[in-house]
Amino acid sequence: MRHATAATETMGNNSIIVTDLKICTSCERLSKKDLGIRIPRPLGNGPSRFIPEKEIQVSKVDPRTQSIFEDAFAALGRLDNISLVMGFHPQYLENFLKTQHYLLQMDGPLSLHYRHYIGIMAAARHQCSYLVNLHVNDFVQVGGDPKWLNGLEGAPKKLQALGELNKILAHRPWLLTKAHIENLLKAEEHSWSLAELIHAVVLLTHYHSLASFTFGCGITPEIHSDGGHTFRPPSLSQYCVCDIANGNGVCSSLRMTSSEVSGEVEVLMERMKQLQECRDEEEASQEEMATRFEREKTESMLVATAEDDECVPSRDVSRHFEDPYGYKDFSRRGEHVPTFRVQDYSWEDHGYSLVNRLYPDVGQLLDDKFQMAYNLTYNTMATHKDVDTSMLRRAIWNYIHCMFGIRYDDYDYGEINQLLDRSFKVYIKTMVCSPEKTTKRMYESFWRQFQHSEKVHVNLLLMEARMQAELLYALRAITRYMT
Amino acid sequence: MEKMSRVTTALGSSSISGRTMFCHLDAPANAISVCRDATQVVVAGRNIFKIYALEEEQFVEKLNLRVGRKPSLNFSCADVMWHQMEENLLATAATNGAVVTWNLGKPSRNKQEQLFTEHKRTVNKVCFHPTEVYMLLSGSQDGYMKCFDLRKKESVSTFSGQSESVRDVQFSMKDYFTFAASFENGNVQLWDIRRPDRYERMFTAHTGPVFCCDWHPDDRGWLATGGRDKMVKVWDMTTNRAKEIFCVQTIASVARVKWRPERKWHLATCSMMVDHNIYVWDVRRPFIPFATFEEHKDVTTGIVWRHQHDPHFLLSGSKDSTLYQHMFKDASRPVDRANPEGLCFGLFGDLAFAAKESLISGDASRKPYPGGDRRYPIFFFKKPNPTEQFAHVSSALSVFESSVESRHMDWLVKTARLYLLSGKPFAELCDHNAKVAKELNRPQVSTTWTMLRIMFSDPANLSTPGPNHIGKLGTLPLMNSFSMKEMGTGLVAEGRLERSKGESRQDNLHLEPGNSLINSNNDENEETEGSEGQAEYMFGDAELDDDDLYSMEHENHAAEEQEYTLPQEAFPLRHEIMDNPSAPEHLQQDKADSPHASGNEAEVMCLTPIESFSLISISQPLFSPHLPAQFFCPVVREMLIHYAEQGDVQMAVSVLIVLGDRIRKEIDDLTQEHWYTSYIDLLQRLELWNVSNEVIKLSTCSAITCLNQTSTTLHVNCSNCKRPMSNRGWICDRCHQCASVCAVCHHVVKGLFVWCQGCSHGGHLEHVMNWLKSSSHCPAGCGHLCEYT
Repeated sequence: MRHATAATETMGNNSIIVTDLKICTSCERLSKKDLGIRIPRPLGNGPSRFIPEKEIQVSKVDPRTQSIFEDAFAALGRLDNISLVMGFHPQYLENFLKTQHYLLQMDGPLSLHYRHYIGIMAAARHQCSYLVNLHVNDFVQVGGDPKWLNGLEGAPKKLQALGELNKILAHRPWLLTKAHIENLLKAEEHSWSLAELIHAVVLLTHYHSLASFTFGCGITPEIHSDGGHTFRPPSLSQYCVCDIANGNGVCSSLRMTSSEVSGEVEVLMERMKQLQECRDEEEASQEEMATRFEREKTESMLVATAEDDECVPSRDVSRHFEDPYGYKDFSRRGEHVPTFRVQDYSWEDHGYSLVNRLYPDVGQLLDDKFQMAYNLTYNTMATHKDVDTSMLRRAIWNYIHCMFGIRYDDYDYGEINQLLDRSFKVYIKTMVCSPEKTTKRMYESFWRQFQHSEKVHVNLLLMEARMQAELLYALRAITRYMT
Repeated sequence: MEKMSRVTTALGSSSISGRTMFCHLDAPANAISVCRDATQVVVAGRNIFKIYALEEEQFVEKLNLRVGRKPSLNFSCADVMWHQMEENLLATAATNGAVVTWNLGKPSRNKQEQLFTEHKRTVNKVCFHPTEVYMLLSGSQDGYMKCFDLRKKESVSTFSGQSESVRDVQFSMKDYFTFAASFENGNVQLWDIRRPDRYERMFTAHTGPVFCCDWHPDDRGWLATGGRDKMVKVWDMTTNRAKEIFCVQTIASVARVKWRPERKWHLATCSMMVDHNIYVWDVRRPFIPFATFEEHKDVTTGIVWRHQHDPHFLLSGSKDSTLYQHMFKDASRPVDRANPEGLCFGLFGDLAFAAKESLISGDASRKPYPGGDRRYPIFFFKKPNPTEQFAHVSSALSVFESSVESRHMDWLVKTARLYLLSGKPFAELCDHNAKVAKELNRPQVSTTWTMLRIMFSDPANLSTPGPNHIGKLGTLPLMNSFSMKEMGTGLVAEGRLERSKGESRQDNLHLEPGNSLINSNNDENEETEGSEGQAEYMFGDAELDDDDLYSMEHENHAAEEQEYTLPQEAFPLRHEIMDNPSAPEHLQQDKADSPHASGNEAEVMCLTPIESFSLISISQPLFSPHLPAQFFCPVVREMLIHYAEQGDVQMAVSVLIVLGDRIRKEIDDLTQEHWYTSYIDLLQRLELWNVSNEVIKLSTCSAITCLNQTSTTLHVNCSNCKRPMSNRGWICDRCHQCASVCAVCHHVVKGLFVWCQGCSHGGHLEHVMNWLKSSSHCPAGCGHLCEYT
């Protein structure tokens, strides 16, 4: 439980001195019940720091979401903040929970505590204390040895060997070669079996991308975990602490009003329309297409540099899992990423078959999840209805894959430049590559007129695209090892 | 790899000859196609587009179509097809969505003729019409199929599959207007080329993408499809609803399927992942491939029969950058290597054995199965079918029934049920198990348990010695054990006698310097021992439990129960003996002598050294209490291995569990795991679920304990609407009723639910138990007389 004790500071980017703030009614109610018992008080209101609580209210959801929430609660005995935020998109949430449940609870080659431990390893890679805390509890509950939690050195050799794969997958999956796989599979008594490795790889990628989502949506710590509550009585000022944390107060009234951004959606829609129409007319030459891809790729390497200076508060959890290799060395400035052609190794044709062969049913579950995320649409954009968003979704998806060097022969990367503006790119890049640097400002500065549910939708796309990209590299390495 | 055989096949007008051969390509191939007269083959891939001539001995590169300084993505081919009417015409499908036609008759270096960029996504397949020169069909990832007239600049019609990507399109060989298209969502559609508005027919062929389809070259109604679900299915399209007539299950997702020319039932397949072989199947024999080509080192991406009327040549391209010509006669025939023998054990020890008839009849002279078992040879014949080229194997099935008396499993079951593996102090567990073994007439096992207790009991914990001995035998257990040896000698066979003497001699040696009390109590001891008859067998049996000699004496063992606890009583004595300076010498002597002793008997009694060691080990603590329990570990390990090798894996596992940490490190994990799995398997075959679960729970191998975590799902149906409840066991998603309400307290049961199988009422375990103590009727008031046992 001492993990992430520093998480109170992790409230981080909008940490506000608590001393002279006023108490809102709910906080007051809590403090009045003071009978000498220390009642924990949630530090943030609502499941997300970025999204006002009133947007996400369990009591107001439609019956379908309601029943998914009930199922999730029955299965886990909790309803975590991630599920609450995903509740904007019940169809997806259903798939997500099913897959996660299968990966963690159902038949599989790895034992239960290994699964949670791998989850911790992966989340710690991105210093995601939220996920780490969640799984530290689960890990101990299924009988894991608490000594392992002191760091990778405390874990069995077998898991230590996975550390390298974890690191590469999280930051530079394109460096993965069959030699890495061979090292894991042929380590005598500490060796992994192929089936175990696939399970581990799926878990690692799942938690890397989930960490992205967690930071991207500013998920607040669960009330029971450290950093999720405080025993300090709230103090006086104009707003309660909780309001400032997630924009329940002034911030939300300031949002949306500025007139300069009002045309944003219309401009975007206009561009999509133009692209649709003139696509047949101006055919870019092949070289042009290739350079466009390369340009996006290299540019994507540079986008986030502006944010690099921001200091990342180091957190207890991940410190245990960090190695001397250092995290910063992995900043991808100016690095050349080789091109991975999706037509030669795609999830649908190759990845799926491999996963399903070694870890039955998971291929199908992941396939459903990817498709759900990719195809999910309500045909709306901000306040506009009946919009075909497929072009926009494809641009986002391909842009993320582009950052991983994955190229679609049949895609014109010029479209990305038209559709995704700079602040959006910064957000994507940060979320995918170093999610722990995501700030509320970034979240607010892109797509200012869009609904929160739409921003969550974007986050889902990012998460799944990232997961698929990592998986593709890992599976390709495994395939190469096998042939 | 290369067989230098030549085959010349006359095929009317054209004749083809060749051999199995290959050539290296510069890059991985994605697809291949042959020209009509079977003399040339085109290979296309991301970085390759070449034409090779098929000569008798080798492939010769004829033409490189990839020209230009900066090869564009239009050259990056996903598929290629050579026109079967017009020998200069080729079409390729590019990964960037372009459809390109090539005219080999063009004088310039660049043979590109037409470029269609109508598809928005990768084009997966192109297909020329089999008889119409200018008609080309394409299928793309964007879900559209387009029909091109090569005399025009753009497509003449577009077919929308109303779904995601098209994976394959194939014109029917016989019906001029029909083509089939397969989709990523598992559907296959049939279209009429004249009606682009709607498909004629659609059916779901596979779960997951259908990667390929192929019309039968002769039979107009047959369509073969292959999918990611690892199946090849043959559909009869002549009926109203497409009917699946054959299904072949392969080991990997099917990337291509091609009917074999001139052989009605044969088709060739290759896979997309993992498996590199090309298989030729006889669809009527779906379980084993008719022929296999195993040359490729990476996945095969394109297969094509060289000539449309010659079944002997198959060409294939692969990701390993080679192009092969396979001769059919060089193919390996898995049938020949297949093992047509089968063996299976029945629950009650019956044995069924199926083998080739020839083997069985050749065996006719053999003695019947020992033990007077009966054998029923049953012969199966399959009617030979002249069109089937499979080897005809008729096999005979024999069933061996084990006779009633030879069913030895009773003791196993009883032992499994009665053994205690945990929950009590170590010594008690050993005692209990020793008793169980003895009651089942297994004195050797029983003795082993006793010895284990002696060896591993912590002296400090031995405050509770055997229940009935202290008063009587006082301080002289040592003497007891040895005197009884001497007494026993008269009763055993010659070989034993010798050994026992030898041992008693040693024993006496130990004793002499010891306590004078021995002598004074000797008479008493003799009396005790005498009354108990063959006390000595307790030790003798340790080696010889299947010896005939002992079987007649088993009835006596019950009386000897006291013997087992004897050594425990040695402990009060121990301190005295410990002071004896000569003890270590004796120990050494023991060690030196014992192999000798067992050596003597090796010929006569088939004793193994282990047992003599174990004999000694009894006495060791008596003389040298400094010996840590670890001292015995090697001996015990040998013993466990011995038991396991004898087939008594039960003993091995039980000891392993009872000893726990004391022995675990001595035995490598793999062996332990092996024992556990064998024992668990045995228990589950005998339907001893509880015991097997206990064993799983108590085991320390991670591989075993996780067995308990698998398949732990319990499916329940709603008692209200009778439909399965998906996630929660207590509330139904559909009718929103709490399904399991306790009949006693009328609250929802969320934990253990017990219900009567007669009236299906029930509730909390505790409530129902209490209720039924006082009443015999169902708590729900239905009048059923429930019973709780």
